[in-house]
Amino acid sequence: MTTRTADLDLDHEVPFGAVRDTLAVTQRNLIHFFRIPQLLVFSTIQPVIFVLLWRYVFGGAVRGTGPIPYVDFLMPGIFVQTVVFGAMGTSIGLASDIKSGLLERFLSLPMSRSAVLTGRTIADLVRNVFVVMLMVLVGFAVGFRVHTNAAAFLGGLVLVVLFGYALSWIFATVGLLVKDPETAQAAGFPVLAPLVFASSVFVPVETMPDWLHAFARNQPVSVTASAVRALTIGGPTSGEVIQAILWCAAIVAVFAPIAVRFYRRAL
Amino acid sequence: MSDDAIVVEGLVKRFGEVAALDGIDLRIPAGAIFGLLGPNGAGKTTAVRILATVLQPDAGRAEVLGLDVVREAGAVRRRVGLAGQFAAVDGNLTGRENLRLIGKLAQLPGPRILPRADELLERFELTEAANRPVRTYSGGMRRRLDIAASLMRRPPVLFLDEPTTGLDLHSRNELWSMIRELVEEGTTVLLTTQYLEEADRLASRVAVIDHGHVIANDTPAALKARLGGTVIELGYPEPSVAGRALERVAAAAGGSHVEVEASTVRVTSEEGARLLMGVLRPLDSDGLEPATITVREPSLDDVFLALTGHHAEGAAPADVAGAGPADAVPAAAGRRGRRGRRMG
Repeated sequence: MTTRTADLDLDHEVPFGAVRDTLAVTQRNLIHFFRIPQLLVFSTIQPVIFVLLWRYVFGGAVRGTGPIPYVDFLMPGIFVQTVVFGAMGTSIGLASDIKSGLLERFLSLPMSRSAVLTGRTIADLVRNVFVVMLMVLVGFAVGFRVHTNAAAFLGGLVLVVLFGYALSWIFATVGLLVKDPETAQAAGFPVLAPLVFASSVFVPVETMPDWLHAFARNQPVSVTASAVRALTIGGPTSGEVIQAILWCAAIVAVFAPIAVRFYRRAL
Repeated sequence: MSDDAIVVEGLVKRFGEVAALDGIDLRIPAGAIFGLLGPNGAGKTTAVRILATVLQPDAGRAEVLGLDVVREAGAVRRRVGLAGQFAAVDGNLTGRENLRLIGKLAQLPGPRILPRADELLERFELTEAANRPVRTYSGGMRRRLDIAASLMRRPPVLFLDEPTTGLDLHSRNELWSMIRELVEEGTTVLLTTQYLEEADRLASRVAVIDHGHVIANDTPAALKARLGGTVIELGYPEPSVAGRALERVAAAAGGSHVEVEASTVRVTSEEGARLLMGVLRPLDSDGLEPATITVREPSLDDVFLALTGHHAEGAAPADVAGAGPADAVPAAAGRRGRRGRRMG
């Protein structure tokens, strides 16, 4: 042993400890994106395939978008579905931390009881910002145009990322519940697929059978996609945007406390 | 008692139908290594997790340094370090980044974190590997980093859950001496292990736990004395030769227990390996050299057999139920009978 620093007063409190904990966990999770670039590459490939598929293969057969070019209808939906499927990363990451024993260590530390979850969801938010920006570039490359203005477009993207953040809390809950990364991955898709496909993401809901209408129109993925469309295509926006924000707020209000509760009892 | 670092009374934890801890009591003195010995699933990890405030008990109470682990969990967390069973370090971070992260989350003041991390990296011989991602580390290095991480705060109480499981002999010995150093500096260590040898080498006191109960609580020496110590087995090509050897061995081994089973002569002695020379010399001069020689220390399984009458792992229902009927199992019958005689 070399130098011994003077003993620490064990009850010493670090100022803004919870904020510092959250930043430390966020930083740790962001380092993962740099050290394992596959994480980012694979969360980008799937939405790119969807863009190409719907823009060039299925898109020609889609009716009901009126005078609006299909690509301008499609891209806001793609932005939303990107963060929806991306939210699975939150549950997989947390489940991996449980399995590797890291969560056991975090629980034994005198740290904030919510920092592991806020740090995880914030890191996933940063990832979403990056992936959505990439999808914007892909969109422009396949002919997507904004019909409103830059501010409205930016507002739409903020809404997309906000929605992704809210979903992260649902998936944090899922990850803490299943405790196993493979199960988290397998559990995510069956839940998300109906939300993404029975929605206005790829096609106008008016083309769906009546019994599916009410669900497809009002579920949060559709509401968010419609709000982003209103912001990029034009027309009345406030109602849809407020609805989308309310959905986000409601999801966080319900799932954040549940997730923190599960976190405390994760082992 | 004020010099007990950890006091556990009637602790119960159930997972569904299974009682992982079924009312255990422990008093762990400060400044020493206390061993919690038991097979997989005995409840060792559950006990450590409750003491480290990671799990909540269903009944009973536990205090660490006089602080209740449920009501004063925050204060307990400021005084304990936990190195769990899985070397809980982040493979994608470097060794130094791992310690920096844990230092922050352990609420060390900023300026202290890096010096402390470097100090621990040096102490655990990880300085050279400090800037490499941990996924490139060997099992022993990961385990050392894991323990280093649990020491960032200099906790007065340290929990080590099976610290040497899966390590090679060299890494195990290194880790043992590092753990001893910590205790010399005044740390109280609670260590769980499946190896009697490990408990014997490190701990000044050992509690044996089985199916959520403490079935023995003693010094390692006293535990081993109850087992009869070292077993020496001499193998011969034929039973008749073994029979002749038995006489010589019995004469040379004095009061030790000597028996023959098929073509093997078995000596059980508290004198251990020292007896071996005394036994072999007359055999050598009489041309009765054994074909094989085995010397082994009593194992956890021997402890269990002696204490409970059943084997440590995968005990059959009849074994668990009671002592008598298990004699019907042929393989175990000889050993059980031998223990029964000696322990009287």
